[in-house]
Amino acid sequence: MLNLSREVLALREGDWNKRIDVRDFVTLNVTPYYGDASFLAGATERTKQLWQICIAAMKEERERNGCRAIDTETISGITSHGPGYINKELEVIMGLQTDELLKRAMKPFGGIRVVEGAVAEKGQQVTQRVKEIFDYTKDHNNAVFAAYDEEIRNYRSQGILTGLPDNYARGRIIGDYRRLALYGIDRLIEAKEEDKRLVDGEMTEHKIRLREEITDQIIALKDIRKMGSMYGLDLSRPAQNAREAVQWVYMAYLAAVKEQDGAAMSLGNVSSFLDVYIERDLAEGFITEEEAQEFIDQFVMKLRMVRHLRPEAYDEIFGGDPTWVTEAIGGQFADGRTKVTKTSFRFLQTLYNLGPSPEPNLTVLWSQDLPEGFKEFCAQVSIDTSSIQYENDDLMRLVRGSDDYGIACCVSYQELGKRIQFFGARVNLPKTLLMALNEGREENAGAKLLENIPSLEGEYLNYEEVMTNFKKSMVEVARVYSKTMNIIHYMHDKYYYEKAQLAFVDSDPGIDMAYGIAGISIIADSLSAIKYGKVKAIRNEKGLTVDFKVEGDYPKFGNDDERVDSIAREITKFFSEELAKHKCYKNAFSTLSLLTITSNVMYGKKTGATPDGRKAGEAFAPGANPMHGRDEHGAIASLNSVAKLDYRDAQDGISNTFSIVPKSLGSDREDQTDNLVGLLDAYFRLNGHHLNVNVLNRETLMDAYEHPENYPQLTIRVSGYAVNFIRLSKAHQLEVIARTFHERM
Amino acid sequence: MIKDGLLVAQKVEQLNSEASNRLRVHSIETFGTHDGPGIRMVVFVQGCQFRCLYCANPDTMDVKGGHFLEIEELVERAIKQRSYFGKKGGVTVSGGEPLLQRSILKKLFNRLHEEGVNTVLDSNGRLIDQQAKDLLEVTDLLMLDVKHFNNEWHKKLTGLSNVNTFKVAEHRESTGKPMWLRYVLVPGWSDQEEHLHELGNHFKDYKTIERVEILPYHQLGVHKWEALGMEYKLKDVSPPDAQKVEKTASIFMSYFKDVRVN
Ligand code: SF4
Repeated sequence: MLNLSREVLALREGDWNKRIDVRDFVTLNVTPYYGDASFLAGATERTKQLWQICIAAMKEERERNGCRAIDTETISGITSHGPGYINKELEVIMGLQTDELLKRAMKPFGGIRVVEGAVAEKGQQVTQRVKEIFDYTKDHNNAVFAAYDEEIRNYRSQGILTGLPDNYARGRIIGDYRRLALYGIDRLIEAKEEDKRLVDGEMTEHKIRLREEITDQIIALKDIRKMGSMYGLDLSRPAQNAREAVQWVYMAYLAAVKEQDGAAMSLGNVSSFLDVYIERDLAEGFITEEEAQEFIDQFVMKLRMVRHLRPEAYDEIFGGDPTWVTEAIGGQFADGRTKVTKTSFRFLQTLYNLGPSPEPNLTVLWSQDLPEGFKEFCAQVSIDTSSIQYENDDLMRLVRGSDDYGIACCVSYQELGKRIQFFGARVNLPKTLLMALNEGREENAGAKLLENIPSLEGEYLNYEEVMTNFKKSMVEVARVYSKTMNIIHYMHDKYYYEKAQLAFVDSDPGIDMAYGIAGISIIADSLSAIKYGKVKAIRNEKGLTVDFKVEGDYPKFGNDDERVDSIAREITKFFSEELAKHKCYKNAFSTLSLLTITSNVMYGKKTGATPDGRKAGEAFAPGANPMHGRDEHGAIASLNSVAKLDYRDAQDGISNTFSIVPKSLGSDREDQTDNLVGLLDAYFRLNGHHLNVNVLNRETLMDAYEHPENYPQLTIRVSGYAVNFIRLSKAHQLEVIARTFHERM
Repeated sequence: MIKDGLLVAQKVEQLNSEASNRLRVHSIETFGTHDGPGIRMVVFVQGCQFRCLYCANPDTMDVKGGHFLEIEELVERAIKQRSYFGKKGGVTVSGGEPLLQRSILKKLFNRLHEEGVNTVLDSNGRLIDQQAKDLLEVTDLLMLDVKHFNNEWHKKLTGLSNVNTFKVAEHRESTGKPMWLRYVLVPGWSDQEEHLHELGNHFKDYKTIERVEILPYHQLGVHKWEALGMEYKLKDVSPPDAQKVEKTASIFMSYFKDVRVN
């Protein structure tokens, strides 16, 4: 079917012909689409058969305790595994991470011990040869701990700093995988060689490192060419048609997920790029709409089959078995045209053709100016599948500056090919507040982590005193957090460098240091309770607060009440500015997120009672959401409170999960779609940054909780991300059900 | 005071003081999608003289309950939500029975109009005087709840007569301003086909009726009755099944062009 003799059709030429610049290519050659969804095609017979095989394999995976098979003998790399197929005859887009569907591979450079543990949990053993390799080399995990000081270790073990990528791969970096399709390996190597030549003169540390990194990237590019040839693909040259373009992009991504198992490895923003090739082939009559859809369906199917080997504890924290293959769809060009193309629709259509799914994590970049037909289709897909999340394209373009970006992990802007991100997990801010109330001691064990925090003697907490202590504590926590991140990323670069991904990024990219906060709504409510109500601290014999008695009512975050919303804003700004005072490794730019993914349940478990009346062990609200059930004035008041948080203070993202039953969106289908579009328009017009939309019935969830076997594909969105409901732990499932449902009476 | 399981009749005049700028409010819902077009802020006001056996908000009946909110406070809240209203949405005042506070509501609606916010009144049509007419004048859409066509049944179901409700409808028609009819469908109580036909016949030539909404009876308010020490007399009545709802819709459709189930 590949017609290799065909001449490349005339494309509009520009800067992209002179240097590596995919944005320029897309801007010049894209065909914006302003129509509706009526052109879309269903799945082909081949796709359906292929998907049935995948469904059966996923069932086996679940039956085998969440892991179908492991290769315990091979260290995974770009060329480590021979070609793998689901069913060669049926596949139009080829490539698996290993030689077998859903077989997981070991990527031990993040930390061999974690890999050994994960393999042992499945009743198997890492082969002796691989273990021995690590007698002679170092992994990221070992290296980080070699540099950690005692303070960092304490902060880590006491749960002040959590989820740090210090024993697993950091992820978050997005390669501009489109580059492979547009340029081919040979041209990319040429450009890298040229970059390297330019790094000369006095050899500073920076230059030495850069020369080594570029060399690694060139090695990766050569490996990718070899990997392609295993599938009979000639990746040395650019893709010449739509099918090749999809295949090439996937090969670039596949190399990344063979080499790395980062916590989140996004795809970027490929749909409208691919559309250029698809439109060209369609115009020539070279392919039909069915075939175009088939390419996308099968590509997406492959993305759904990406797996990493994870320890059970990891699944527990993150909920399910996520890979965060985030694809950003839509948005506007800086020149005012829409980036929406027919292929934006085709990506969303996979949720019908293959059924709902959390992966790939489809993220719509929402602009007020998106074409109406696209807005309506998004709303419809949300109502039908709950599998889309939304981010504010107008806001990100304005504040961050580029119109060619992907979403790293769940919510974070990342300019493609120009900037990367250093993932920083997050600080547990409620625990920081509790240290401020306990003379710098951790609230459970009493370990002293902070010096010079005066003790609060009074029975009732005093707002000024608490604030003074809290700010002092935040200053200290920011200091420790910053040095921790610098160590982690220095070592990750050194011992587990993402050469396959960075081969598709400019040689000396801009970097964002992505710090994070968990528990902002608890902080806002706690401080509001102390300020506007009366909060009595109940202390144990060691003088540690074990509980709080809140007397009188107080304004709660989530009710559009400025008295408390302003506290949330002030604390975010304060902490963000504190972090920015510290120098980052590689001169990274400091950013902050208000995001927890699913780990809000786990944070809750480890955090003592808080002054807002939350009991010890109770779950945090996800992301920047108000606490469960405290948003008493309905959905809009709740959305307004979150929208007031300033994106400029939290440029890594402000995550908000919005759950609603379909009936609450309106009485009929047309109203529901209209109202959801209206809601998204308004939330983003008010500068809300991110919104996860769950359109679900409580009954559906209760039934799924009781009979998980009947709901293999039920997807729900949690902060920044979607998961398969049945892959969540029972505790997570209940938490999701308990979460404010915005039901109305 | 509760008699025969129901709150006794109360004086309502004090709710309508012309000098007042405060509305007696039960609660506010910010994301109303079932009480008028588009996304709406719904203000549930306090006080009602009907005693509908199925009332889902029995805690709004007491004219002394709820709390006061200044008109300006309500306007300010509406402004904060205006982004969400879009082209169709706005503010709906429901209840309780809003007409009991008609002169205060007129001030509210005037202010909302000044801010470019659309106004909807959801009323049982309890009374019609000059002040009520003045309020209707600044009401962009009237949603009139007709509880029953037959006055005997109406009394059984609500405790009071339906005469004024029809007068309100007649007045609305005379002004040429739009209205929707809303009909709560209670099996065994308001589903008699002959009365549904009578209702259709009565209103079929009204030019101002843009839509008829059927609200299938539900029991979501039962727990509130118990909490108030009142007796929920429809305990044994189940919500209408899909067939019944469809039948009712088809009867209405023979008289009205836009019939919906809400
Ligand atoms: S008119 Fe409305 S508020 Fe009054 S009793 Fe009937 S249902 Fe309840």
